[in-house]
Amino acid sequence: MKKELKLMKGNEAIGEAAIRAGADAYFGYPITPQSEILEYLMAEKPHERTGMVVLQAESEVAAINMVYGGAACGRKIITSSSSPGISLKQEGLSYIAGSELPCLVVNVVRGGPGLGTIQPSQSDYFQACKGGGHGDYRLIVLAPSSVQEMYDFVKLGFDLAFKYRNPAMILTDGALGQMMEKVWLEEQQPRMNEFPEWATTGKKPGKERTVVTSLDLDSAMQEKFNQKLQEKYRELEAKEVRYEAIDCDDAEYLLVAYGTSSRICQKSVQLAREKGIKLGLLRPITLYPFPKKEIGEMCGRLKGILSVEMSAGQMVEDVRLSVDGKVKVDHFGRMGGIIPSAEEIVNALEQKIIGG
Amino acid sequence: MSQQTENNDIVKEENLVFKKTNVLLDKVMHYCPGCGHGTAHRLIAEVIEEMDIQSECIGITPVGCSVLMYNYLDIDMQEAAHGRAPALATAIKRLQPEKFVFTYQGDGDLAAIGTAETIHAANRGENFTIFFINNGIYGMTGGQMAPTTLPNMKSSTSPYGRDVKMMGNPLKMTELVAQLPGSYYVTRQAVHTPAAVRKAKKAIRKAIENQKLEKGLSLVEIVSNCNSGWKMTPLQSNKWMEENMFPFYELGDLKVDGGMAK
Ligand SMILES: Cc1ncc(C[n+]2csc(CCOP(=O)(O)OP(=O)(O)O)c2C)c(N)n1
Repeated sequence: MKKELKLMKGNEAIGEAAIRAGADAYFGYPITPQSEILEYLMAEKPHERTGMVVLQAESEVAAINMVYGGAACGRKIITSSSSPGISLKQEGLSYIAGSELPCLVVNVVRGGPGLGTIQPSQSDYFQACKGGGHGDYRLIVLAPSSVQEMYDFVKLGFDLAFKYRNPAMILTDGALGQMMEKVWLEEQQPRMNEFPEWATTGKKPGKERTVVTSLDLDSAMQEKFNQKLQEKYRELEAKEVRYEAIDCDDAEYLLVAYGTSSRICQKSVQLAREKGIKLGLLRPITLYPFPKKEIGEMCGRLKGILSVEMSAGQMVEDVRLSVDGKVKVDHFGRMGGIIPSAEEIVNALEQKIIGG
Repeated sequence: MSQQTENNDIVKEENLVFKKTNVLLDKVMHYCPGCGHGTAHRLIAEVIEEMDIQSECIGITPVGCSVLMYNYLDIDMQEAAHGRAPALATAIKRLQPEKFVFTYQGDGDLAAIGTAETIHAANRGENFTIFFINNGIYGMTGGQMAPTTLPNMKSSTSPYGRDVKMMGNPLKMTELVAQLPGSYYVTRQAVHTPAAVRKAKKAIRKAIENQKLEKGLSLVEIVSNCNSGWKMTPLQSNKWMEENMFPFYELGDLKVDGGMAK
């Protein structure tokens, strides 16, 4: 039941969504372009609204390890940062995945490498979707393309994280974090008052104690655990793929784009169709699991695919794997915080795919 | 056989002078014979039993020799990333303030890689307990120099002795923590003699009981030996510890009930 309509920044929507989803804690450290999440939460006094804990940590390393501690208690924990800070969180994320704990991480991506720029970018796709930290693990990666989805994916992210006992990430960027749009807010969800049996809530008399660890010095056991993780990822790939197909039914050419670039691509589809080019757009909503099968099935009727990203070309590798050589795939992107224009994208399509 | 019968006659409740606490599981510890970790574990377990808080405790193990402490204590435990135990404990205690939360950390864990987490948890006045085992060396990884390694002390990465000009000075984290307004009880103990064990146990109990007061962080440093890392017999290592570690890491209370002791 949707209740209130509000004009909000993407970052604020994340903060409000966390409170309303019944999150138990947020731990974070300031970094542009996402500091409004922590600022919004502090201003909202969530300890008074729901009893939610909000704490500014001494670093992103501390913040993600607070998340690790809180997640082990069976609580709903969220953290957010932007690219350099997310790099610092990788060891912690690996521990969380390796201990099979749920949590939600928001990456409001800025351009890199290094300190880079505070302008929006999509150059953290590899880090988000291919592991990021050490070891064979995956994050569930959600890519919103509107402020409404920034809001909605907080609840979705928590639900998936708890269902699969795996960290989930909202991979967004500075443009979506900073833009204002209207958002339908859902009713306040109560915080949990019962906790899963795997949570460290104190050893119950007569029951086994709970130990949360990612360590197993016995290689055979460690391999077995890894196999179990892989089974979980296969299940995610089978059941949780989400995407949006726009003008794809009669399409001869396809753009694949997520988040901010998918918004520009919608305009490119319009412009191309005005020129008589039958262009469609596939927008992955889950970047992991990637809509591999869906793109693979579609590519039989396509003449070419252009992957559009604000990066040097990262998702394009997954698009290529999806079509398995059956159709031409190329990449177009801008870097360093530059958002491509709709016209640029149509030009690139004509040059790289149609003309090429 | 007759010997057995005789023993059974003696093993009576009223004759018992020592009984292993139930909070300690029946498992062979992996520690080197002579190491202080086992004694420190036992004291914490005994205090948990005596306070009757087994079902209310959550302990955090570090990365270091004591990483497997969760195999020995019959309480809920979580294994942290190297140095980050105070960050985990911060969240756990804030989410479950009615529980007793402690970290157990080595000197590399607490005073090198985890310096920021230790200082900031203390400075925020987090209401949990830190047990800090200072053996002056990285035990688990094979005897490398620790932030606490004494000047001129040999380790595998200071094979000619710690040259403070080149390698820096040993760090007294406990003194640093005592300076911070958020710490409430800070003490330095040892577990190498029966007298020291008795004192250490009192300190451990006080450090856990303090959580009921909600007055801030309690930290118990235990200066300990690492006979294999120091390349000594257990007896030699205890003597060496008394002669070299104690003059530098002076035993006793640094801060009691929020006030500086010295
Ligand atoms: C991020 C990271 N860096 C390094 C290590 C390797 N490592 C494991 S234990 C350890 C040192 C532990 O020494 P200390 O904290 O003094 O504890 P002790 O083993 O002496 O009890 C190191 C460096 C690691 N596991 N993780």
